[in-house]
Amino acid sequence: MSEAHIVAQNALTMEREWKLPDRGTVGIVFLIITESVLFSMFVIAYLIYTGKSLTGPYPKDVLELPILASICLLSSSGTIVFAEHALKHNQIGKFKLWWVATILLGLYFLWATGAEWHKLIYQDHLTISTNLFGTTFYSLVGLHASHVIVGLTFLSIVFIVTLLGFPIQTQLRRVLFLSWYWHFVDAVWVVVFTVVYIIGR
Amino acid sequence: MATIDYPLQRPQAGPAEFSFSESLYKWVATVDHKRLGLMYITSALFFFLVAGIMATVMRLQLMVPNNHLVGPDTFNRLFTMHGTSMVFLVGMPMVAGFSNYLVPLMIGARDMAFPRLNAFGFWIFLLGGLLLYYSYLGGGGLSGVGSAPDVGWFAYAPLTESGFSRGHASDYWALGVLVSGLGSVASAINVIATTFSMRCPGMTLRRMPVFVWVMLIDSWLIVVALPPLSAAQIMLELDRYLGANFFNTQNGGSAVLWQHYFWIFGHPEVYILIFPAFAILSEVIPIFSRKPLFGRSAMVAAVIAIGFISLGVWAHHMFAVGMTSWSNTFFAASSMLVGIPTGIKIFNWTATMYGGKLRFATPLLFCCGFLLQFLVAGLTGIMLAVAPFDWQLHDSYFVVAHFHFTLIGGLLFGLFAGMYYWFPKASGKLLSDKLGKWHFWLFCIGFNMTFIPLHFLGMLGMPRRIYTYAPGRGWELWNFIGTLGVLFQAAGILFFLYNLLYSALRGQPATDDPWDGWTLEWATSSPPPEYNFEKLPVVRSSRPLWDLKHPQDPDWKWDSA
Repeated sequence: MSEAHIVAQNALTMEREWKLPDRGTVGIVFLIITESVLFSMFVIAYLIYTGKSLTGPYPKDVLELPILASICLLSSSGTIVFAEHALKHNQIGKFKLWWVATILLGLYFLWATGAEWHKLIYQDHLTISTNLFGTTFYSLVGLHASHVIVGLTFLSIVFIVTLLGFPIQTQLRRVLFLSWYWHFVDAVWVVVFTVVYIIGR
Repeated sequence: MATIDYPLQRPQAGPAEFSFSESLYKWVATVDHKRLGLMYITSALFFFLVAGIMATVMRLQLMVPNNHLVGPDTFNRLFTMHGTSMVFLVGMPMVAGFSNYLVPLMIGARDMAFPRLNAFGFWIFLLGGLLLYYSYLGGGGLSGVGSAPDVGWFAYAPLTESGFSRGHASDYWALGVLVSGLGSVASAINVIATTFSMRCPGMTLRRMPVFVWVMLIDSWLIVVALPPLSAAQIMLELDRYLGANFFNTQNGGSAVLWQHYFWIFGHPEVYILIFPAFAILSEVIPIFSRKPLFGRSAMVAAVIAIGFISLGVWAHHMFAVGMTSWSNTFFAASSMLVGIPTGIKIFNWTATMYGGKLRFATPLLFCCGFLLQFLVAGLTGIMLAVAPFDWQLHDSYFVVAHFHFTLIGGLLFGLFAGMYYWFPKASGKLLSDKLGKWHFWLFCIGFNMTFIPLHFLGMLGMPRRIYTYAPGRGWELWNFIGTLGVLFQAAGILFFLYNLLYSALRGQPATDDPWDGWTLEWATSSPPPEYNFEKLPVVRSSRPLWDLKHPQDPDWKWDSA
């Protein structure tokens, strides 16, 4: 067998076995990286300005631990995994159930944030311009909440098209990417919670 | 026998006749990476002309002492808009344009990973650019104070806070740059996904052209370095509109925080800008020296090293702020460290040329200009990395000369080399070599005539950003020579523009492979069809076209990678 022939065989095998990472996976991973850097900047600002407020109210006076909301948001990471699992096994009914549970848990979290802000603004008179605590608190928590809103919007779109009868199991990849984004939003909350409610208090 | 099957009978884009509105629609609605790449480069050239005219006006103003061609306010706006445009509306779209056009062709793909995201990136970048320039009309706001931004391209707080920057000038600066930055990030994620996921069979990372490698690391830098700037701009807008206190020193905020955030972005940014030139040189020099790139893996390793070290050097822009001496020491050391991989690159390009069969066509001339001028820029960079030296010359014309040597002497010369090299691929016509040589010599002489004297001016104590100066400080001669150089540069640019138009219309038709190239973009027709390759190529080495042209002596015999 000539050398060239062997080479030709190798080339053919290579072409058949040529495998590359999925482009959507690469895309969403780097989207999460760039978002993480954005969040880091707000987290660093929060840490730098911790205890630097010239006037009150201070975190220890007004902040209460949002335990229930945190539990809800973190468990929504679990429900979305169940939803995915159901979708992989083509159990659309189960999928819808877990998916709507995820949305409701997210909505509760958002409502809790809103209620917290309402209390801080009207009862404690803490606004974004009051002091450095207000500035960094509202922007960091607000940045996170805006990501929750984006996530909920996409989750709802998936839910609505599924209700309208769209065969969502054909879009498994996209559902998967959406769930990664949702996990990311949850993971950020762990950081925000630690920084704002534990270290910052 | 032949193991690699290229579409040797190249697909020919048929002669198509479109009406004006049809072709306009084809350009506006396109998701084709080649069209978007050309649109990026064209808009970058447009902003380049605008910002170049601003630079010319500034040089004319500084030509003689006590000049009153423009007033101080206009001058502030000129240098702000010049700097912001050159960085965000010329440099960044050039990165995106070159990588968009070439990366898919070089890795044997039919398009980018996300074509529609690509189109989004371009249009949002253009919106950002127009938003920035709209400030000339809308910057005054309802109260009619202010016009274009006048806060310098790094827009130090608290000068940008609502108390000091009235009207909307700083808002247009922040929002315009924020929006165009969004486009850069979109395009960078696209390039990364394309290089990871769209390579043709056999195109392993080790065989990938160095151009693609450099653009991949460049995109990595964009992804991690742009968000700090976006974050700072969001904080600035929160300060300006909602009364937040991030940079409000009256209420405990810190002006230094802005500087840190800006330069955490700003220093990687200069590498983001220079990388396309690195990428272009790594392709052009081997072709015109008829030798493979010297130390290919070392070149890639050096780029990766820069991609990480450059994230930790930012505060060398802030030696004059009064940081702790530990910080000063750390950032001085890390800044010198980044000179090592850059030095490796200069040595390897030179070694590629050494002993090569050099052909001094216009692209190689621009590369030679790059090598010498970028070396000077690197050396003044090392000087400025020494904190005590920086204290002497901070914010002087020495710094201006240094970064114009990197960005004009380096980046722009590299981009010109790339344009002369790939113009035949994009248009099917060769750029005139004779006009190209006029362009090169006029621009090279003019550039050095303008910017070498600026080093001396800096050492004589001339601060940057002053709109005029009194006679008798020894600055007159150097300023005068500097402005004369601008005339040569402008003449060079006119030759370039004429060459572009003339060659596009009546230039000599180019073959598919006019330079006897080795990378895949030369394996398809000039200009390439919309689908790039009729049949996806299969590659076995880092020079697939060499293998094809020399079946008796292919690269893969010697390199098992």
